[in-house]
Amino acid sequence: MKLLPFVSRRLFHAIFVLLGLSMVIFLIARVMPGDPARVAVGARAEDWVVDNLREQMHLNEPLPVQYAYWLADALQGDFGISLVTRRGVAEDIKEFFPASLELALFSLVITAGLGIGLGALSAHHKDKLVDNVVRVVSYMGVVTPSFVFAILFLLLFGFVLDLFPTIGRLSEDMTRPPTVTGFMTIDTLLAGDIPAFFDSVHHLILPAMALAMGSMAQEARITRASMSENLSKDYIAAGRAFGVPESKVTRSFLLKPSLIATISILGLDFAAGLSNAFLVELIFVWPGLSRYGMNAILRKDLNAISAVILVLGVVFIVVNIIVDVIVGRLDPRIGLRSARSD
Amino acid sequence: MAEQAVDLPGTITDEELKRLRRDSRRENLGRAWYKFSRNPLSIVGAVTILIILLLAIFAPYVVPYPDHATKPFTDFANASLPPSSEYYFGTDEIGRDVFSRTIYGFRFSITMGLIVLTLVVPVGVFLGLVAGYYQGSRVDTFIMRITDIFLAVPPLILALAIASVLEPNLTHSMLAVSLMWWPWYTRLVYGLASAQRNEFYVSSAEITGASTSHILFREILPNTLSPIFTKMSLDMGWVIIIGASLSFVGLGVQPPKPGLGTMVASGAKFLPDQWWISLFPALAIVVLVLGFNLLGDGLRDMFAAEEV
Repeated sequence: MKLLPFVSRRLFHAIFVLLGLSMVIFLIARVMPGDPARVAVGARAEDWVVDNLREQMHLNEPLPVQYAYWLADALQGDFGISLVTRRGVAEDIKEFFPASLELALFSLVITAGLGIGLGALSAHHKDKLVDNVVRVVSYMGVVTPSFVFAILFLLLFGFVLDLFPTIGRLSEDMTRPPTVTGFMTIDTLLAGDIPAFFDSVHHLILPAMALAMGSMAQEARITRASMSENLSKDYIAAGRAFGVPESKVTRSFLLKPSLIATISILGLDFAAGLSNAFLVELIFVWPGLSRYGMNAILRKDLNAISAVILVLGVVFIVVNIIVDVIVGRLDPRIGLRSARSD
Repeated sequence: MAEQAVDLPGTITDEELKRLRRDSRRENLGRAWYKFSRNPLSIVGAVTILIILLLAIFAPYVVPYPDHATKPFTDFANASLPPSSEYYFGTDEIGRDVFSRTIYGFRFSITMGLIVLTLVVPVGVFLGLVAGYYQGSRVDTFIMRITDIFLAVPPLILALAIASVLEPNLTHSMLAVSLMWWPWYTRLVYGLASAQRNEFYVSSAEITGASTSHILFREILPNTLSPIFTKMSLDMGWVIIIGASLSFVGLGVQPPKPGLGTMVASGAKFLPDQWWISLFPALAIVVLVLGFNLLGDGLRDMFAAEEV
């Protein structure tokens, strides 16, 4: 099946999912006790001010009409004013989202690299010591919550061994680069500040590792399983019998088909990373979207909560479409079928 | 059962039939136990969970200082003591025994897991059965599209959002997790049920005029149970992690109650010097989840189709 129809069908499907999601979010926000107008202007405001604001915010209309107004604004990127920062929510998201994205992407790179590497190592030395060590480690990785990893890493590598910084994205003594992409690593490079670049990478490592551990363990297990399954396939034996060099057998015959399962769950890993970032960012005082969202949640800042969830939903859906396309490319047999066939 | 019955000459009496059924049941149990226990780790998991369950149930008689976990208790003279033979896991910033509180913390985590699964599994399974049996119909589309919406957002975030608009406590965090957890069972059972509905036994039941509820619950459901049970055991672990995460950010068990996540969060302020306050509850979460995962793997081995 061709790429374009597949992607357009998935996008079409995604629109419905997002519409549904927006309804769920809207309902959650409206179910909450309390008057949003009152909350917006504060407890000491005069009643007529609140009444006028209610009118302006369409709060006197029936729920479906309110939803239509809300959706129309949201589609234009207007999520209202955040009660915490007193700025437009869209502005806040633009500021905080890159930090989270950078963290999640960095952790995805660790996940993919180490996960696949460890899994391949494990499959290569199947049932030997290395294999058993990797298996135990990956089991522990799967059952340990990311915030526990964050605390363990903070304690061990941050304080006891003092190898990594424990807070923020950049050391105090570094000059902050002008914000271009919002990615600290890229912005420092664009500013030509090499020490700051290394400093920002240094800050990324611990939180990204804490985020990556769980998905990395999962990836290692899956890579190991599919590689050792493929290892016993006839075409591997045939390749070897024909005298194909072992390195080529491993790389082209074994690794490529084995990676399909691994990559197809990378999308889930990315989503897990973004949501676990909610906890990890708190521990490492990382100024990202999740920390912003967390503050919003604790202060019941509905506009911000809705926007954060919607943004994450969009990211999640887009990433899954991309993953499906990659998997379809890797395995011509799968083809690009509709979303439901998974 | 079948091959034994063939050997018997003539008809068999009810008495014999009963005996045969009993024997085969015993044999099945024996075989299940064999498959479960072939992996020693499954036994480790089962024993771990058993011990934790007993500890949690009999906490008031087991722990050295039950008052530290159940009453508003302070003892500033013994605050922030490192682990010792008197306080196995040390004491926290207001002098409470971390060991006693951790054991009580298991109660909240296990309650959370059990109640969430009790709420979620019947709903999710029912919707999955219906959607799978009526595959391709409007009911199917309706149910599965709603499921897609819930599956489109990472579970933790949706649970956080729901818990955030409610008063923070254990009940509401269980409600929040339940609201976003049922779709996973719907999707699992949907796949299983839509595969089963074309089997001969289902068509036979349809032809003989069996009612829809008979087909759904007496024919299809029993054939989807083993993956459901396996998933439940693994999900105990995930629900406990999500529950602990909610408590960690202050949306679950409220202090001074000793939720495991709550304790990790309040102890995190005292890192790295008083590391024991948050480290031991954190490790307790890991042990508990590990136990349920090992148990779940054992169940999966047990239910796995006969290998030759």
